[in-house]
Amino acid sequence: MLEIKNLHVSIDGKEILKGLSLSVKPGEVHAIMGPNGSGKSTLASAIVGHPAFEVTSGSVTFEGRNLLEKDPEERANEGIFLSFQYPVEIPGVSMVNFMRTAINEQRKYRKLPPMSASDFLRFMREKKALVDMDNKLTNRSVNEGFSGGEKKKNEIFQMAMLEPKLAILDETDSGLDIDALRIVANGVNKLKSPEKSTILITHYQRLLEYIVPDYVHVLHDGKIVKSGTKDLALELEAKGYDWLK
Amino acid sequence: MSDAIIHEVTQSEYKYGFTTDIETEVIPPGLNEDIVRLISAKKNEPEWMLEFRLKAFRQWQKMKMPDWAHLNIPEIDYQSISYYAAPKKKSISSLDEVDPEILATFEKLGIPLEEQKILSGIAVDAVMDSVSVKTTFKETLAEKGIIFCSFSEAVQEHPDLVKKYLGTVVPSGDNFFAALNSAVFSDGSFVYIPKGVRCPMELSTYFRINTQNTGQFERTLIIADDESYVSYLEGCTAPQRDENQLHAAVVEIIALEHAEVKYSTVQNWYPGDKEGNGGVYNFVTKRGICKGEGSHISWTQVETGSAITWKYPSCILKGDNSTAEFYSVAVTNHFQQADTGTKMIHLGKNTGSRIISKGISAGLSQNSYRGLVKVGPNAENARNFSQCDSMLLGDKCGAHTFPYMEINNESAIVEHEATTSKISEDQIFYCNQRGISTEDAIGLIVNGYAKEVMDKLPMEFAVEAQKLLQISLEGSVG
Repeated sequence: MLEIKNLHVSIDGKEILKGLSLSVKPGEVHAIMGPNGSGKSTLASAIVGHPAFEVTSGSVTFEGRNLLEKDPEERANEGIFLSFQYPVEIPGVSMVNFMRTAINEQRKYRKLPPMSASDFLRFMREKKALVDMDNKLTNRSVNEGFSGGEKKKNEIFQMAMLEPKLAILDETDSGLDIDALRIVANGVNKLKSPEKSTILITHYQRLLEYIVPDYVHVLHDGKIVKSGTKDLALELEAKGYDWLK
Repeated sequence: MSDAIIHEVTQSEYKYGFTTDIETEVIPPGLNEDIVRLISAKKNEPEWMLEFRLKAFRQWQKMKMPDWAHLNIPEIDYQSISYYAAPKKKSISSLDEVDPEILATFEKLGIPLEEQKILSGIAVDAVMDSVSVKTTFKETLAEKGIIFCSFSEAVQEHPDLVKKYLGTVVPSGDNFFAALNSAVFSDGSFVYIPKGVRCPMELSTYFRINTQNTGQFERTLIIADDESYVSYLEGCTAPQRDENQLHAAVVEIIALEHAEVKYSTVQNWYPGDKEGNGGVYNFVTKRGICKGEGSHISWTQVETGSAITWKYPSCILKGDNSTAEFYSVAVTNHFQQADTGTKMIHLGKNTGSRIISKGISAGLSQNSYRGLVKVGPNAENARNFSQCDSMLLGDKCGAHTFPYMEINNESAIVEHEATTSKISEDQIFYCNQRGISTEDAIGLIVNGYAKEVMDKLPMEFAVEAQKLLQISLEGSVG
């Protein structure tokens, strides 16, 4: 599904990813771990096409198509979703309006007619129930005045609405207390399917107790230095990252 | 990166630019007493109307164009303008008699008269150039005693009302443009709501400029008698032109005891091309008076068009316990200039006013809010709240706020808040990542920013206005 080969990425002329390769097949859950500054978030940003990150060499394909030549919105509409580490606030734009615009853009991209208002509201009700999303939050402007936990929950809600083929969760566990973490992880688990893949970017092993990965990769200085199964995460928890350097 | 996107914005062109090919009767360019007399004669006006025009013309001759606004106005040769143009076909009683070209034009603008009539229950007084082409729903309104007709017709049919109120809110010598309008106004709308009547539908007028080199000088007079209510909509889209077109309208509103008038505008005159050539000059005087006790006037405007906008819809709060509101969204892009705002003049006791202004500037444009809050010595317990927000897209545009306050009564409470913001690249990218293009993201964010004002628009206008905001700003990010 996702093939990354020898990827080099720079920001403001500084090289962060230095020849990273990764292969994700349908249905798989990959965890990317590593210390601060190892390039975890840069990887997420490069996949979704953040304009501040420059791909200097290497390739990224998604379902066989070259991702690097597509605009960020095209990548999203191809079915790639990023749960942001720091979701932004958009004052005055209601969640309903925001999600309806996003869903209809996706449908337009896939040559489907727009969803009717009543179908949309029914669909939204379903997904809210699935991820335990409060009416209070969906009636407000996008992330405006949300707590850290509410923002993360809102990301998972959006993920449920957009039904991506590949979801990238960037430090979704950061800033969450244990209850919020459980709710968010439950949401992610409910959305898993044999066709859908997930990349979890995390600093700690904690999240992986709730969302069990098929593979764990350790990122250091812009490269994957070690790959393994979920046991690797436990080993990291015990030994830290230093022994891998 | 930002530069590239800003450059992209400036590629978007006016989407409603076209002209209609219909025969027009135009009098020769130039302005003198004979022309004023000719206009009056063409309209078969009574003597008092001609006198009103001549008095205004004489005042205008002694006046100078105002230069205090934050605007760069090219010199206007008032003698090169033709002051009267009328579509030749007149006196129409059914839609079948309307020039098919005109009907097609309205359809292009998205306001098919027939459909509007059936679907939205709006009475449409469509003004093409200077003379009313079509008035609908008149009979339904007449049953309630409501008068909604062209200004010319009102002069003929309801001279007492026109005579009693014309020029009482905006005197003919009020300012340069109001004086010009008073001398040469061509047509416009007249509304009278009788005592105790609630107008059952939104009254609406669409104005367009159509004949080259023809200034458009509408005159609107709205009178809401005791305990009446009316909501009035005015919207305009003008065809694309190379030459600048002058537009100087006057709107007067009179609200008597406990009457309520809502006046909403969506203004989308041709703003000129992306190099700053052409575009409409819009110099408008709009003023209402809350004359009676407990009366209420609200102005809501969405301004996206015109090369130059000079416009301050104002209220005089004369009646005790009267209230007034001003809600405005003004968008400027490319080389557009806007100097707009309001004046709230508190004269009566316990009067209240509220001002919400949202400016959005992009490209190389200049967008100014100018507002006056004045509290007279007898206006005990006057209350005002003003909020003026500016949003900048790009770093080559300007946003300015000029609030003035003249408070002559110690019991007054006057508040002013102002903010300036930018659309962040993070917000745009967040939308992009959800599959929303940059242009749509800007539309979404700008509409969110302007929501407090957009929500005040009647339903019929809301959708159109949202689209307009987006079209006006296509591609601009900072």
